[in-house]
Amino acid sequence: MTAKTQRRSHALNLLLIAVLVIWMILAAFPFLWTLWGSFKVEGDFFSKADWMNALTGPLTLKEAGGSFTGAGYHGAWIKEAFGLAAINTVIVCVFVVTISLTFGTLGGYALSRSTYRYAFWFLIIALIFRAMPPITLVSGYLPVFFTWNLWGHLPTAIVVLVAINQPFTLWMLHSFFKNIPKDLDESAMVDGCNRFQAFRHVIVPVMWPGVITTGLFSFLLAYNDFAVTAMILSKENQTMVPKISSFLGTTQTKGNVMFAVASVVSVTAPLFVMVLFFQRQIVSGLTAGAVKG
Amino acid sequence: MKHKTFLWFVLPSSLAMLLFIFFPIVSVLIQSVHVDTEQVIKEVKNCGPFGCETITAVDQEATQALKRDNPLGRFAGLSTYFDRRHLALDEVRAAWGNASGAGDFFSQLLNLPFYKAMSFTLAYTFIVTPLVIIFGFIIAVAVNGAAKWVRGPLIFFSLLPMLVTPLVGSLIIFWMVDARGVIGAALQYVAGDPNLSVKASTPLTWVMLMVYGVWHSAPFAFIVYYAGLQSVNKDTLESAMIDGASRWEQIRYVIIPHLLPLTTFIALMQLMDNFRVFEPIVSFSAEAHATSLSWAIYNDLGGETRQLSSAAATSVLTILGICILLLPVLVRTWRDFNHK
Repeated sequence: MTAKTQRRSHALNLLLIAVLVIWMILAAFPFLWTLWGSFKVEGDFFSKADWMNALTGPLTLKEAGGSFTGAGYHGAWIKEAFGLAAINTVIVCVFVVTISLTFGTLGGYALSRSTYRYAFWFLIIALIFRAMPPITLVSGYLPVFFTWNLWGHLPTAIVVLVAINQPFTLWMLHSFFKNIPKDLDESAMVDGCNRFQAFRHVIVPVMWPGVITTGLFSFLLAYNDFAVTAMILSKENQTMVPKISSFLGTTQTKGNVMFAVASVVSVTAPLFVMVLFFQRQIVSGLTAGAVKG
Repeated sequence: MKHKTFLWFVLPSSLAMLLFIFFPIVSVLIQSVHVDTEQVIKEVKNCGPFGCETITAVDQEATQALKRDNPLGRFAGLSTYFDRRHLALDEVRAAWGNASGAGDFFSQLLNLPFYKAMSFTLAYTFIVTPLVIIFGFIIAVAVNGAAKWVRGPLIFFSLLPMLVTPLVGSLIIFWMVDARGVIGAALQYVAGDPNLSVKASTPLTWVMLMVYGVWHSAPFAFIVYYAGLQSVNKDTLESAMIDGASRWEQIRYVIIPHLLPLTTFIALMQLMDNFRVFEPIVSFSAEAHATSLSWAIYNDLGGETRQLSSAAATSVLTILGICILLLPVLVRTWRDFNHK
């Protein structure tokens, strides 16, 4: 039916295809280009002579003896101990996601079930907190962390990221819990459960789709953070993103830019896999706030 | 839900937000009206083989003691806000006095660090946000018109620029725009100038940062609009068609009104996120040509000398900016809520 009523002219079709092709190139090409270039030497990826060198790689052939070289990866992961940063990132992400979700489900559930005015204001205050740029908060943390000797440690960064994550987590889970019928937990309470038992036995088993979606975004926030981790973690405890920026600052000698290129690809790869598996959840999460208010 | 139960449920997250969001804001406020304790200077008589001389030196012990007694430093009122690195009242007054015209006044103003950061932050926020909405809408309409089987892959690749770490995404773009990178080479070819360098030019740097911003955020608007398009009322669309509405009229009178509430949502999120623009400036090493408020704070906090009061003052000004930006939304929510 729609095919008949929505038939398009050729010109329109062409325009549509053009928009899509251009957008696809804009969205995907930079990643493919960098992935390809990360296996070349710097002279090819940043070629003064001819940009085609990045594709054909004559210098890579000369310097490394093959069309591709893993020198950038070797340098980043082995010489510069990028693996340590990766482990730190894993630790930070696992803890931030678990703690944020635990706090967030409790709070989000309460906010979705309370009918009082203060629940509304709670959410509005959370929205204002969500708008604060993290770096403005960091300047508030530093003097306190220095005097109490909390600066530089992974747990500190984890706690801070959990807190910064809370406003967003609360909003998202609140809108997910709103979609779970009230009758469910209320009937459990009629049967003699208290509020927490009703939550534990009735709501927890059905909340996982919403929790997984929210978890993905908490993960992204922790994984992608630069402002907090760069300022709060000491050099030994750095996570991957500040580590990359430190490659740029100190090691601008020949070849070392390729360490940064290789680590950029390494950081992007897990995100790529994540989108591959959780595309549907991510899309539903992005629209949850908008469509359901 | 009973008040007491509610309290227990929200306790962990409120505690986290109270300790690590609310208190830091208070702490930033307090810091911004204090400055470091002055170093205690003492005169030391230094006698050598060529006679005695009095030199001044820092009395480390006394300075330490003073610092211990006043961990916040000494109270300075609003002086940090008015100094050269922030609102720079004296410099602005001087510029006002000796400027030859409005253009000259603004160019003098933009040499002051705070106004430089402010101007880029505002320009970025108010140029990128509408562009994100427009491009997001165009892509959403295009994807919605595509065959069902290509939509999945289209969405997959569209999500990448948004989800990838901002620092990393901007680095990827930066390397391509480099004079020795592929886009840089293409620009040199198009402009016919083999020495063209985006990094060396202020307007081009601004454009590049904004292009990155749109590239990074357009997928967000796209996804929200795309979901909105799925829920357009088919009957309304069909009756419009039967009444003879052209394709453009259908978009104008059915689809756009349907998507309007989503636009408010996207605009709100984008204003908040674009106002904190920070990572691309680090990745592009663009500080010579463009700085932002967040970058100014980062710059004060980093390095050997951590200028905490200066960073705190900029933070307070940034928070004020955010509040002004959010004010219309808050006022509207307040009205809606009272209406109910």
